[in-house]
Amino acid sequence: MSTTIAEASSIDASVDRTVRRSAVVFTLGLYTASIVGALTISAILVSVTGGSWRAVFTALLDGSIRSAGAWGLTLDALAPLLVVAVGTVITTKAGLTNIGQEGQLLIGAGCAAFIATKLGGPGGVTVIVALIAAMFGGALWAGIAAVLRYWRGIPEVISTLLLVFIANQVINIGLKYRGLLLDTDRTNGNQNNVGTLLGPARRLPHLSLFGNQFSIGVLLALLVAVLVATALARTVFGFRLRMLGMNPRAAQRAGVPAVLAGATALMLCGAFAGLAGGMLLTSGPGYRITTGFSRSFGWDGLLVALVARDRPLLAIPAAFAFACLRTGGGFLSSAGVAGDIVDVVKALLVLALLLPPAVLFVRDRRRAQRRASEAT
Amino acid sequence: MSFFSALWKIVSTQSLYESMFRFTTFLTFAAAGEWVAEKAGTLNISVEAMLLCGAYATAVGSDLTHSTFGGLCCGALAGLVVAALQANLSHRLTANPFVVGLTLNVLAAGLTAFLDAEFKNNARKAAVIRVPLLHRIPGVGTALFANPWPAYLIYAIVPGVGWLVHRTRWGLEVRSVGENPQAADVSGIHVNKRRRQAIYVCGITSGLGGAYLILGLVNLFTRDMTGGQGFIAIAAVIFGGWTLRGAVAGCLVFGTAEALASVVPNLGYRLSPELLSSFPYVLTLFVMLFFARRTRQPASLARPFVRGLT
Repeated sequence: MSTTIAEASSIDASVDRTVRRSAVVFTLGLYTASIVGALTISAILVSVTGGSWRAVFTALLDGSIRSAGAWGLTLDALAPLLVVAVGTVITTKAGLTNIGQEGQLLIGAGCAAFIATKLGGPGGVTVIVALIAAMFGGALWAGIAAVLRYWRGIPEVISTLLLVFIANQVINIGLKYRGLLLDTDRTNGNQNNVGTLLGPARRLPHLSLFGNQFSIGVLLALLVAVLVATALARTVFGFRLRMLGMNPRAAQRAGVPAVLAGATALMLCGAFAGLAGGMLLTSGPGYRITTGFSRSFGWDGLLVALVARDRPLLAIPAAFAFACLRTGGGFLSSAGVAGDIVDVVKALLVLALLLPPAVLFVRDRRRAQRRASEAT
Repeated sequence: MSFFSALWKIVSTQSLYESMFRFTTFLTFAAAGEWVAEKAGTLNISVEAMLLCGAYATAVGSDLTHSTFGGLCCGALAGLVVAALQANLSHRLTANPFVVGLTLNVLAAGLTAFLDAEFKNNARKAAVIRVPLLHRIPGVGTALFANPWPAYLIYAIVPGVGWLVHRTRWGLEVRSVGENPQAADVSGIHVNKRRRQAIYVCGITSGLGGAYLILGLVNLFTRDMTGGQGFIAIAAVIFGGWTLRGAVAGCLVFGTAEALASVVPNLGYRLSPELLSSFPYVLTLFVMLFFARRTRQPASLARPFVRGLT
């Protein structure tokens, strides 16, 4: 009797394993198919407009990795994307939707620029203080949304979105006054909406590796990703956040301080977005704040977090891919194709990565329903 | 005293009223649709994409079909296509609606800019209809009664969506889906279908808004020409406390701010453009802050519905 049960369970297990393996194959196939689909649509778009997709691909590869000094620039673009994405993961895990990273990044950059240009003292200290100020600025900007959320019940989605546009204008106003952000160097020809250039001592140091230069912000970003991944997976705070995200009611019953944890998550996300802004400012290549300074790094970081499906470590390759598209996009004019195709590719890739889990979810639900109706 | 004379000079400027009406109309096209979508409980942030695609399709369509009406239809269709993507990805495949919306905004901006760089086009200009006698009213006459014909569509769209949402069975179902999807589901209403249809309505009106921008106002497609107006339309709906009247009032207030920003510098006065462009968002936040108790958003706004899970 006992042997038959053992046999039966082993058969069950093997069936289970094959089912699971086929499920994995199916999932992988789905992902591959949708990514290939997105790239095909982009290629068709390029061909229809008279370009050559091979030339586009080569240009992207040259611009992001192959040409001299390219991957250093790509890594420099990766750092802010990764930091924003990692911050976004924190809020998403807590069940909140922050879509205002662009604004938080801008305010962070503004604070960093103010500190880095106005504060005296040795360069190294100033850079660190500026980055900390950037974190505070971003956290404060996200904190507005947190206050509105927990004091007045205004959905954080709406308030963070609206705050992006306000942040834009706050920076523009700052760029009007020399006491705030406007260039104090009157000999500079362009005096409109341009911030003061950071002195060489007030920039993040650059590392040189195989002829490629990148700022130590890259290492900082990787460190942040690892730290956040560990904090979310292994600390009480991370556990509480995840609990809050999965089932807010159960979390509250279990004693998670929902308001405190949620507000902390939002402000942490803002702090990281602000840090990204500070890094963007101090690691170049512009070294000064201008209108349109953020170049949608905030929006892109948000997309990176989505592509990475809220896993901080998975955000590293995702951010690398987005950074490649960014730096490669500059090379597209050499292929005779408008650089805007990069945005199309980016958006299509995000949609492509959005599709498979959704399809799987719907399929699983259909199956469960069918099974339930067969059982009755 | 000089303040009042300046005020009088601004208030008596005819072009102020004209641009006020234009900005307001353009915003109202988008806000009317967005209001329907939000009534159904879906915060549709791809309005920007709908406007931009509508504008581009109108520019190309009116060039190809040699008619403004053809262009208008193309614009509405393009808005509908964006809406179909948004609706089916978020309310059929249960992808996160904000993600989909943001991505569609990026996609629309990139795609229209890319296509515009590759194919140049000549958009047509819609004929101006002057209402007899009325357009001679001093001050506001030309602003209200001498407009390119697509502008008058707004007089059909606003009452139209109002009737649709408040006076039809479909509208009742849409509202119930926005308030309490579980109850609606139990009583046999297909929740996600109603939400998808509400987004389609938003797509059509926003597409028409894009068409009006091209045919009536600018006559030339330029990249990123909507410049965040879709977000202002969303802000207007929220500002209006999720009532149609309030949404239109919000469009009027924000349209006036934009008109002031564009007219006042020409009169030789200085007005901070930064303050004026952040005004809609700041005002919306303040309205939400102080009137949050009085106005009530649809109870299930921005909460996806999956039977058995939510």
